[in-house]
Amino acid sequence: MAETTEDLQTLSLDAWHRSRGARMVPFAGYSMPVQYEGVIAEHVWTRTNAGLFDVSHMGQLTFHGDRVDAGLETLLPGELQLLKDGRLRYSMLLDDNGGIIDDLMATRRADHFYVVVNGATKHGDIEQFERRLPKGVVLDHMKEQALLALQGPRAAEVLETLAPGVSDLSFMQGAAFNFAGTPAWISRSGYTGEDGFEISVAGNAVEAVADALTAHEAVKPIGLGARDSLRLEAGLPLYGHDLDTNTTPVMADLQFAIQKRRRSEGGFAGDMRILAELENGAAQKRVGLNVEGRQPVREGALILDSEGTEVGRITSGTFSPTLQRPIAMGYVAAPLAEAGTVLKVEQRGKLFEASVTPMPFVPHRYHRKQGA
Amino acid sequence: MSLHFTGEHEWIRVEGDVGTVGISNHAQEALGDIVFVEVPEGGRSLNKGDDAAVVESVKAASDVYSPVAGEVIEGNPALADDPALVNRDPEGEGWFFKIRLADTSELDGLMDEAKYREWVKTL
Repeated sequence: MAETTEDLQTLSLDAWHRSRGARMVPFAGYSMPVQYEGVIAEHVWTRTNAGLFDVSHMGQLTFHGDRVDAGLETLLPGELQLLKDGRLRYSMLLDDNGGIIDDLMATRRADHFYVVVNGATKHGDIEQFERRLPKGVVLDHMKEQALLALQGPRAAEVLETLAPGVSDLSFMQGAAFNFAGTPAWISRSGYTGEDGFEISVAGNAVEAVADALTAHEAVKPIGLGARDSLRLEAGLPLYGHDLDTNTTPVMADLQFAIQKRRRSEGGFAGDMRILAELENGAAQKRVGLNVEGRQPVREGALILDSEGTEVGRITSGTFSPTLQRPIAMGYVAAPLAEAGTVLKVEQRGKLFEASVTPMPFVPHRYHRKQGA
Repeated sequence: MSLHFTGEHEWIRVEGDVGTVGISNHAQEALGDIVFVEVPEGGRSLNKGDDAAVVESVKAASDVYSPVAGEVIEGNPALADDPALVNRDPEGEGWFFKIRLADTSELDGLMDEAKYREWVKTL
């Protein structure tokens, strides 16, 4: 760990986490709660009740200006011009070679866009946006804003009592709410594969919001450890591990995030390469792997074909608390990305049998309205 | 019987020339939920400080080193199916392996229980 404790930033909820028994670790330049009672218990709680995550380290940005949607489309491959008010879109900030600088959520909020980026990359992202966006698009970093996520099958029932109306949101939709007197921007979204919400409130109001949520018997605070195992079961990539500037949206199997008009028109950073990859496929592909036995394989382990030739690398791996077996994701040569392909993983001199499997590992349970 | 600890948080409980080795309560707390343990097989000979076992939590893998030189008598067969036993009873039923010590004087270089518990409080 290169990070030292002296330059760590503290979350608005720092004392709140500590008083609830959190073990704090350095992450993305912040002192963050990695676990409270234990990763597996917190993971299972989120899948069966409702887990409260403090993700205030993430960057909350707004973009204003004339033709802000078209401006953002120069760096993001997603369809933003047709995105309706109050709708979210998963997208990526790309470099000029189509490499992924960050992945993000963009929401149209009336005359502007609200964008949430990863904590570890937010300062670099802001520099990129400021340098590369067309003149006339103005970025604001809401540094004083906190962000909570309430995730799990009981999230809607709990949040409805505190912010009436939230249960009418459908997956990937957001709106302004009154959370027990506090103005909050709430969206139905998250990073666990469960139904759930992300709640953006002023940093000086977040403690009251966290207290109100955890006063409910269905809600417990959940640390970064379970956040990682939950998102891995959901097949969701983690920036800096499964995604980086050496990967493109097509390599990362995120082509769903490049909508029809963008595919035909291009007009985004790295479009030449990415449109060619959409047409012809990429040389490597992100895949899910089921690993034999009980021992997890970790980031950095080599993936070998049946001849023992290196064909890729593991980018994330853990023991799945839901499935009670190891799961992993990694990149392999495209011809080996087919589901059912049997591969080997080499870790610390030991070989593990692994087979390519469709993701998510654990089915998503998003709240999608019929016809929405 | 005597109980000794290493600076890497292994313990060894010795009777005659047979030692039982495991990881301390502090170590299991630091690791969190343990999901996999690989223990050495009987007959393997180990030097002091050799990688003897692997313990994996949800988050990460760690090596367990042999506190002494000797020949492994057996690994704990219970850990393959129930690795969480290390979390529940790290200094008892969650032992990793038994070893026949080559040289009991190696124990002199380890911490006794009182010294270890005091030291752990400072970490």
